Amino acid sequence: MQTQVAPSSLASVAGNRQARVPGSELLGTGLETRGVHAWFGTKHVLSDVSLDFAAGTVTALIGPSGCGKSTFLRTLNRMHEFIPTAAMAGQVLLDGKDIYAPGTDVTKIRLNVGMVFQKPNPFPSMTIGQNVLSGLKLAQIKRSDTDELLETCLERAGLWSEVKDRLNEHGGALSGGQQQRLCIARSLAVSPQVLLMDEPCSALDPGSTFRIEQTISELAKTMTIVIVTHNMQQAARVSDYTAFFLSDGGPGAMIEAAPTSKIFSSPVDKRTEDYVTGRFG
Amino acid sequence: MNTPNLVIPPPREITTRPRRSDQIFRGVVTVGGMASLVILGLIALFLSVKGIHILREERFDFISGSKWEVITDDSGSIAESSFGIGAMLVGTLLCAIIAIAIGVPIAVLSALYLTFYAKGAVKNFLVSLVDLMAAFPSLLYGFWAFFIFMSSAEYWAKLLNKYFGFIPFFEVPAPIFERSPFIAGLVLAIMIIPIVTSISREIFDQTPLDRIQAAYALGASKLAMIRAVVIPFGRGGVIGGAMLGLGRAMGETVAVYTVLNVVYQINWQVLFGAGGNVASLILLKFGEAGPYEVDALMAAGLILFLLTLFVNAVADVLINRFGSKGR
Repeated sequence: MQTQVAPSSLASVAGNRQARVPGSELLGTGLETRGVHAWFGTKHVLSDVSLDFAAGTVTALIGPSGCGKSTFLRTLNRMHEFIPTAAMAGQVLLDGKDIYAPGTDVTKIRLNVGMVFQKPNPFPSMTIGQNVLSGLKLAQIKRSDTDELLETCLERAGLWSEVKDRLNEHGGALSGGQQQRLCIARSLAVSPQVLLMDEPCSALDPGSTFRIEQTISELAKTMTIVIVTHNMQQAARVSDYTAFFLSDGGPGAMIEAAPTSKIFSSPVDKRTEDYVTGRFG
Repeated sequence: MNTPNLVIPPPREITTRPRRSDQIFRGVVTVGGMASLVILGLIALFLSVKGIHILREERFDFISGSKWEVITDDSGSIAESSFGIGAMLVGTLLCAIIAIAIGVPIAVLSALYLTFYAKGAVKNFLVSLVDLMAAFPSLLYGFWAFFIFMSSAEYWAKLLNKYFGFIPFFEVPAPIFERSPFIAGLVLAIMIIPIVTSISREIFDQTPLDRIQAAYALGASKLAMIRAVVIPFGRGGVIGGAMLGLGRAMGETVAVYTVLNVVYQINWQVLFGAGGNVASLILLKFGEAGPYEVDALMAAGLILFLLTLFVNAVADVLINRFGSKGR
């Protein structure tokens, strides 16, 4: 595994950031990982991933099933530890602070690093409106302008026009694609700095996928996005940077990370090239 | 878009011929399902046949009246009789309500603890302990309550009376705090905790992981997650468990008999040592009752049967109305 190559290759593109959408500005120092390993029980599933997510960028994590990309994503907001026997090593730094440091308020971390899951999971006991604002209630955040917030979040998630007359209906009444956008709106309501998306479109039809990709491009103007995807076209369409993960039977590792156009046109590693050209995976 | 000559056929009738094995299994399942209904129906029929003439004689007094006496003349035949279970019905409901009000919150908290906080060996040990509690004979609960628990409960009753005596329920006409509906209700609460805990734990355990994670990913604390996700999901199951507990509390005989003074007078003052319960009345009178009084006891049993049925029907409506929302 040439994992040592990866961080430096990302570092080499750090100065390249102007290649992003013109007009977007950097927001902060963003999210960084240093030598992240992960285990389930005694099984070592992820080895030594060091990767930077600059503020205001979209990074796609690609790779075949079982390469550890979802596990890696879940270490970024400490959802990894909900799996019994899960363990990790290394550091995840949010604005330079290790989110695994003892005494860290993990709920605060998850407020700053939101997550959208593979399967849409709105709260069925709540209405559409309550779902969007559920994060405020869950994290006990008081806000007076909830009506405005509700509209803004749904607007940004590209769902407002479809649901504005049915905010009191239950979330389960929406289609799969709408539910997923509802979940995106829900994560936006607590104003995260970073949004993690774990294959958000894998259960959706092409139309809904298109809408969500539009939403991602829209959101990238104001936040950092990390998206795991099996769909390489999607990675190419939505992301600024792409990181390729692979497992050779042992723990998964990051093979290469670079600006998306480079990964898809002239990757450094032969295995990356094989994967993105569809020779395996 | 139909072409002019198109004849639209009537919808076909769709039938399936099940496989033989399916037919047989269907038969077995139906017999099993019907058996419980038939047995229950036969019991109700038996109670009705035996008790109906008492109900005809006493009419509404059987439910509203509270006198229970049989006066025999010198030859041993019945000169006069009067049967009314009003006080017992009130006592049954009172004890059951106290049991639910105290037992269910404790049970839900223990279920939450066992599901979301207890770990490893502690969890396994406590789970089997709770299941063991459910199998514990009620007579032993009664003994324990009578010899050990009563004095503490009496003290609590006195405190309640002292500080909340202005509430009519907590008044007492005389300072007799032993063997009151309050104490019987507490004992029943302890007896229903295992079943309600077991069922609540079972349902909490099934809370979809993706919803739990969704809540955590939004910055929820464990408490906030439980309130927003687990409770709405489990509400129906908890109500169902509470209703099973209520059934047990209303039908409980021996334990109540041990710790409750049976008094033939309607008493709403829960701290006062007077009450009753239909099942313990039957136990109390059955041994010495002549055939005529036995019929009256059967009628009392029938009323308890119908009351339980009614309460369960109400519970079903409640579950359908409120329980499925969080699913």
